[in-house]
Amino acid sequence: MNPELEQILSRAQTLYEDVDYKAVAEWKSCAPGRRAIGYLPIYVPRELIHAAGMLPVGIFGGGDRLEIIRGDAYFQSYICHIPRSTVELALSGRLDLLDGMLFPSICDVIRNLSGMWTMLFPGRYVRYVDLPQNYDARVGGEFWRRELTVIREDMARLAGGQITDQNLQNSIRIYNQNRLAIRELYHARSESPWLYPISQVYGVLRSGSVLPPEEHTTMVRRYLEMASQGSAVPEDRSRVVLTGMFCEQPPLALLITLERAGCWIVDDDLLLGLRWFTGDVPEEGDAIENLAQAYLTQSVATASCYAPDGQRGRWLVDTVRQNHADGVIFCAPSFCDPALLEQPMLVAALEREHIPHTQFKYSEDTGQFAVIREQAGTFSDSIRLWSEA
Amino acid sequence: MSADAVKASTVQTVQKERSMVMQKQLIGDYYESLGRAREEGRRVVSTFVPGNLTELLRSFDLLPILPEINALQSGMRKLSANYIAEAEKHGHSEDVCTYVKCEIGMLKSGNVGPTGVKLPNPDLLLLSYTGCFTFLKWFELLRQEYQCPVAMLHVPYLANGRIEPHHVDYVVQQLRTEVIPKLEQVSGRRYDEARLSEMLALSAKAEDDFVWVLESAKNEPSPIDAYFGGVYYIGPIFTAFRGTSEGVEYYRVLREEIADRIRLGLGPVTPEGTMERQRYRLVVEGPPNWTSFREFWKMFYDEGAVVVASSYTKVGGLYDRGFRHDPNRPLESLAEYCLGCYTNLGLPARVDLLERYIREYRADGFMINSVKSCNSFSVGQLLMLRQLEQRTGVPGGFIESDLVDPRYFSPANIKNRIESYLQMLEQRRTAVVMA
Repeated sequence: MNPELEQILSRAQTLYEDVDYKAVAEWKSCAPGRRAIGYLPIYVPRELIHAAGMLPVGIFGGGDRLEIIRGDAYFQSYICHIPRSTVELALSGRLDLLDGMLFPSICDVIRNLSGMWTMLFPGRYVRYVDLPQNYDARVGGEFWRRELTVIREDMARLAGGQITDQNLQNSIRIYNQNRLAIRELYHARSESPWLYPISQVYGVLRSGSVLPPEEHTTMVRRYLEMASQGSAVPEDRSRVVLTGMFCEQPPLALLITLERAGCWIVDDDLLLGLRWFTGDVPEEGDAIENLAQAYLTQSVATASCYAPDGQRGRWLVDTVRQNHADGVIFCAPSFCDPALLEQPMLVAALEREHIPHTQFKYSEDTGQFAVIREQAGTFSDSIRLWSEA
Repeated sequence: MSADAVKASTVQTVQKERSMVMQKQLIGDYYESLGRAREEGRRVVSTFVPGNLTELLRSFDLLPILPEINALQSGMRKLSANYIAEAEKHGHSEDVCTYVKCEIGMLKSGNVGPTGVKLPNPDLLLLSYTGCFTFLKWFELLRQEYQCPVAMLHVPYLANGRIEPHHVDYVVQQLRTEVIPKLEQVSGRRYDEARLSEMLALSAKAEDDFVWVLESAKNEPSPIDAYFGGVYYIGPIFTAFRGTSEGVEYYRVLREEIADRIRLGLGPVTPEGTMERQRYRLVVEGPPNWTSFREFWKMFYDEGAVVVASSYTKVGGLYDRGFRHDPNRPLESLAEYCLGCYTNLGLPARVDLLERYIREYRADGFMINSVKSCNSFSVGQLLMLRQLEQRTGVPGGFIESDLVDPRYFSPANIKNRIESYLQMLEQRRTAVVMA
């Protein structure tokens, strides 16, 4: 393997495995007064954190790398896994280095977790980020502009300074570059998935949850360049889209299992918040207005956002078509309300278009993959052997 | 009435007071009216209990259908298990809300409502997105089934428990630009604010009596059970009868009955008659189980446990903290109503409220019934338990069940937990006396 590629992947692997957020601690220690703000999935306006000179840190639970000792005591058995590992991270002191937490409106679990945080950690900055479900610029837009303004003020206060319009425009530009790089990575993977295996792509993406965006963009671009020069050859596998993984993340081994079972992953909704906007946010003019407008008009379609046109599943069908996928794997965390309530609508949309699909559930600490491998393998085989194409 | 006469009347009417008969009649008539809606040319609108806009709908002569009520009524009538199985057969996950699956299963089974009346397809889905994420997906699912328009009303969450002016502005703006235009379209009528105000005045009147009833549980003995009995009391005001003269009359009668009970020193009426002894005064958090409702209730009253306050009776509005619909500020008042519903409050505000109930109602203990279906209620309840114990010194109990899926109601287990909890309260009481 190319040494630089090896280095990139090694760095990504280290960041992925690190449940102590050492990279964040290192970043903070590089200059006095540096602060970091944590956020839960899916989307928060990271530009506002960055513009204040702080580091946005994505908290995606503890995966299969954290033993849950205290977290389980706070949640009933029928609640998904990410809140219990997140609480575990916090109660074990691993999140003490964060100077605040943002909890976006995605579901009732993350919502109530914000209240739990307030009670468990009095004195720490906690904000529930209420994203508008009304997309009229004069109504939901006005509400969201106000929310953004308040978060801007809060971030400035936490950072002990001001966020100028220029700061914010600069952060928008930097995040535009980051999202563009990620979009290009997704495009390249869709074109030649054998060059960009999920074991590599996921680590590179996930690094974006703890690295400063400038550094992450460089990592993504270098990875793209190095990986594109790989010598792997195409194999006869099914091209699949994965969906349902926008919040609690599957263990990496599960994703690798899918590939080993005969699937090329050509699109997914992993770490969706990193590429929330489908295009660039305008960099000139009123930055708050631009961020608000982008949310209303350029957000990706996902289960936690209302679809005013009632076209649930249209985006998934479009994703399948655009990526020349053969089928869809619904891969949702157990007890995930948004993904599992959405699923029947997506299934119906796929069936109307005669797109094959299969489904299973996981937990972030799932450790047994034999059944999933068998199921995904059968699905892939059935597509290759029996599909009309 | 004398105490003996009250007792005799409860026995003669098979443990039902006049208000309960009225309530049953109201709900029955309501379902009948839904059944006749098509032939009478009436339009119907599906909406949810928390943040419901009943007066606004009625001001357009629209009839509300409440899917949660369909589900819980189906649960009480032992219909829900089959409906849930039907929905799961159609691909709905075993992990998600059983209200949703009950409704979908009922629809797939011919849409015959719990009283045996076929329900009309809604002309509009009014998605009052208040305090529950599942509502959003629920109506998206129903939209696919009914192919009808949706009016979305996003009610911001009160993470810090306070209503702020921009929250109200946002909701009012949505009422003006999204909800009212769609109601006008569906009903063929213009928005009539004067008519709405008249209805809101009736609501406020009923709300006064309703609060008086809830607060009657401060008496010792309590004349009501504010959870199991409370679910009957909230029926009209949380559903289709706010803003109606029938609703006002129901709460007037109910208040008179309770006043009689206080005067005579009587406890609440249970399915087995007047509760004679009240050994434990409890506050309860969380919705009840509906599939074994009476069995569940019996586990409490058999042990002399009466519920003096509950959070479930606040999901359709926090009237006892002072809110009233205001005819002089109709839309703003509706917005504040939506914002203030219990499950739209942040967890710290919910703990504050329960703490006040424990103190104000002089509770011996509090019990959390954590239901699998409802993350809005359930996530954080174990922390709430600890916080309440720390703040009040009152011990809490914790049981788990579900709303309408009988598979998650384990009677022996729940009974055992309740009895053990009450024994613990008794021991503490004895220990205090000994000390």
